[in-house]
Amino acid sequence: MGVSILSIFYLFAAVTYILGLKMLSKPSTARAGNLIAAGGMIIAIFGTIFLYEDHGKKLGNYGWIFSAIAIGIVIGTVTAKKIKMTAMPELVSFFNGMGGACASLISIVEFDYLVRAGNPAETYFSDVAHPGHYLAIIAGTIIGSVSFAGSMIAWGKLNGSIKDIVFKGQHLVNMVVLLLLLGLSIYTYHSPTAQVRILFYSTVALALIYGVFFVMPIGGADMPVVISLLNSFTGVAAACGGFLYNNKAMLTGGILVGAAGTLLTVLMCQAMNRSLVNVLIGNFGGGQSKAVAGGKGPQGSVKEISVSDAAMVMGYSKKVMIVPGYGLAVAQAQHTCHDLEKALDERGVEVKYAIHPVAGRMPGHMNVLLAEADVSYDKLLEMDQANQEFKDTDVVLVLGANDVVNPAAKNDPSSPIYGMPVLEVEQAKTVIVNKRSMKPGYAGIENELFFHPKTSMLFGDAKKVLQELLQELKNA
Amino acid sequence: MHTVIDFIHANEQEVYIVILMIFLGIEIIGRVPSVLHTPLMSGANAIHGVVIIGAIIVMGKAESGNTVALVLGFLAVVLGTLNVVGGFVVTDRMLEMFKKKKKN
Repeated sequence: MGVSILSIFYLFAAVTYILGLKMLSKPSTARAGNLIAAGGMIIAIFGTIFLYEDHGKKLGNYGWIFSAIAIGIVIGTVTAKKIKMTAMPELVSFFNGMGGACASLISIVEFDYLVRAGNPAETYFSDVAHPGHYLAIIAGTIIGSVSFAGSMIAWGKLNGSIKDIVFKGQHLVNMVVLLLLLGLSIYTYHSPTAQVRILFYSTVALALIYGVFFVMPIGGADMPVVISLLNSFTGVAAACGGFLYNNKAMLTGGILVGAAGTLLTVLMCQAMNRSLVNVLIGNFGGGQSKAVAGGKGPQGSVKEISVSDAAMVMGYSKKVMIVPGYGLAVAQAQHTCHDLEKALDERGVEVKYAIHPVAGRMPGHMNVLLAEADVSYDKLLEMDQANQEFKDTDVVLVLGANDVVNPAAKNDPSSPIYGMPVLEVEQAKTVIVNKRSMKPGYAGIENELFFHPKTSMLFGDAKKVLQELLQELKNA
Repeated sequence: MHTVIDFIHANEQEVYIVILMIFLGIEIIGRVPSVLHTPLMSGANAIHGVVIIGAIIVMGKAESGNTVALVLGFLAVVLGTLNVVGGFVVTDRMLEMFKKKKKN
């Protein structure tokens, strides 16, 4: 009886995941969708604890299970509630890594059971393990470990504790490690049971190494793509668990996320006009040599503008377009930005925001950030719409964005970002660029926009500069 | 080849689920406006936390003498819970801001 009820719980959970994801894709239902999926998850978890039967035996170790869940809830809630909105991308990466590690650990324990069941003296591992069962275990371990190690590196890169490391022939090394990994998984299966543990643990170690190598050479500008890809990896790893336990809820949830995550990854690549392969092996943003080799660095002089002049120019214009970038996120300047927008609005200046799909460190990063500051939806323009409106715009204020406004993407075929759709801010009458310094952006390339005759530079931390602008506007 | 056919036959239902979910996942995401990309990624991240079911099973069936299963299982449940709880809470925080703004 309990088991039949549990299967209905799982069915219900699977439906909530599908429904939840669907509702998450519409602004009006998104929040409810998230809660519905969470509700399904709670039912699946408690159903498993109290109703699951393994060969007719109920689960035990309730003390362990509940204390582990309690620890997870406390750490998870506190981290998720305390984290600043700007650090959101790295947090998603972190939680994704936890899921990957979880999938990997499950497979390791299941492998251990499998080895214990065998007779080490005489049998080959292939006699003990059913091929399908082994496949689910080894795939779950490898994918989970790669996802864990990769996510931790992505997490470190986004919060700045890990730098891009590139060495010659890195992709060749990665390829060799990957082939070794596949070879080892097959070899392990056909080895004597006595040796199989050490081989399996080597496979786990190699998978972790591969995860590190996989993400290490990919530049910070491409981190959104990588996180999305690793997200779908973890989904597949979870689905391997579904095969292992014949659990349809795990299978549905895992594959759903695996498929959706893969498509989201491809959509992100399309937004940058590049292929996924190009992102993964393109060495984009990591290779400074490329930027130097580009040769013709932008020439000309940079024009600076003072805060009071900038305030004047904006205060007396008809239409201002704000282009937010990662600099805005770093400086936590979204609220000040909204205040500036209101101050300009009171003076009768029309203010809009031009949002590049990959501005910041995650697709939609800027939307989330500005949403936090209560900026209204209809002021946010997507790229195509913004590009049509730049012609009639008096002042464009670029706040800590760089690569997404680089004209080289259109003009310079030798540029690594050539072909990426960008915001054509140079079409506006005046461009004011706020940056902390002349340092190139995350892609590591110069931006000729800064040398454009229409462009004036306003150096400084985004928040400080915005506060000063606000002050000047009030005094004016 | 034989093994593959056997495997598919033995897991017919699961294979159907996998294929249908691949199409469904793509279908659902295909219409998402870019505004919702970050919350969606975060929500999907929480959903693959369903892997915690496996962790609970591992933990729950571990015998008292089996240290490997007990320790790794415990760790797996902690990490899985982190994924689920953290994922849903963060997603809710992001979406809460969207909602607040719509009222204005």
